[in-house]
Amino acid sequence: MQLINQVKYLIKKELLLEWRSKYALNGVLLYVVSTIFVCFLSLVSVVPITWNALFWIIMLFASINAVSKSFLQESKGRQLYIYTIASPLALIISKTIYNVLLMMLLTVIALCFYMLVFNYVPEDLALYVVATLLGSLSFSTIFTMVSAISSKAGNGGMLMAILSFPVIIPVLIILIKLTKNAIDGLDRSVSLDEIGLLLIINVLVMAVSLLLFPYLWRD
Amino acid sequence: MYKSWWKILGAVLVVYSTIFGFLASVPKLPILYESIRNLYFHVPMWFSMIVLFSVSVFHSIKYLSSGNQSHDLKAVESVNTGIIFGILGIITGAIWAKFTWGQAWSFDVKQNFAAIALLLYFAYLVLRNAIDEEQKRAKISAIYNIFAFPMMVVLLFVLPRLSDSLHPGNGGNPGFNSYDLDQRMRVIFYPACLGWILIGYWIYTLLYRTRILEQKSNNNL
Repeated sequence: MQLINQVKYLIKKELLLEWRSKYALNGVLLYVVSTIFVCFLSLVSVVPITWNALFWIIMLFASINAVSKSFLQESKGRQLYIYTIASPLALIISKTIYNVLLMMLLTVIALCFYMLVFNYVPEDLALYVVATLLGSLSFSTIFTMVSAISSKAGNGGMLMAILSFPVIIPVLIILIKLTKNAIDGLDRSVSLDEIGLLLIINVLVMAVSLLLFPYLWRD
Repeated sequence: MYKSWWKILGAVLVVYSTIFGFLASVPKLPILYESIRNLYFHVPMWFSMIVLFSVSVFHSIKYLSSGNQSHDLKAVESVNTGIIFGILGIITGAIWAKFTWGQAWSFDVKQNFAAIALLLYFAYLVLRNAIDEEQKRAKISAIYNIFAFPMMVVLLFVLPRLSDSLHPGNGGNPGFNSYDLDQRMRVIFYPACLGWILIGYWIYTLLYRTRILEQKSNNNL
């Protein structure tokens, strides 16, 4: 019970901090909007396959930006304080849930803006939205753990990118396949394999993160 | 680690498999013809890499639970050796692809994923270089190693089976067993695998022992 209370409290704290400054939300939103706008100016209209690929590239970099802030920007003193009052499991769970919420919100806004700007709606919109939500879930879980690892290493941002790219590529490939199915308007049962695989990868990553984070925390 | 019987065994097996690999007769299969002999080199490279990476993950876990420095050294040296075998596996695969599939890099799913799996471990080495303090470096790289290993397993074994691939055993192609992998090839293939795994393990132990000696001489200075 204590764990759940700690998690709830930490999530509330993160959301409150974010709501007061809106720093991460606005920053990443601005990043996404300007990237989409630049793409629009250079390409004007795109084939659906390019539309899909471009969307995932933008989401990938936006997620790295958004999630890396979660660990890399905490000051030493505040981190120490949290470490003394909360268990490491509560910390990683709360950070992951907060990042998942943030990423889902960002993804929905980005998707709406993207569809608006390029004036294209995928054939199977519901499946596309499900795919993007699953994608943001996977990105947040993986990047939260990698961000925790790279925050300990010291050199921050660049290390985060190097560590995260090989790990995220299988997820990205599955996501692109899934969204391609959605764009082509294929029957939903065709995509069940990929959805199952994404969920399994998420569970695997979460389990490994929960096992490993307490070792990382002992400083 | 210091005994020699398995090292001699490994050397004998590799020499045997190489010589007889080229001399023995092989089943005549379409497309493959004589290049099927590459089976004695390409696949053992990958098996050795997997064994070495498993050894590495084992020692990473041991390090996290015990804090003993030697486990960390074992983990990194087995990753080093495993990466070399992985690169050799990709090179032998590319040579084979040139003759059977047309191009050295055929953008086959398993080829791509194998390259990405190696990237995972290159990132591990970069991570190690980024941290100066010994104990911190050992702990963080152990954590990343344990994190990356299941990903590699998924990349190399699960994903190719699900998608279209040119490799036998993936993407709807029958596995090598249902080809004419008859006794003539098995007699050389299994010893080759065992031999290369033993040689890989030997190289790793040599690298590790060199590291220990280096450390000792640094401490004595």
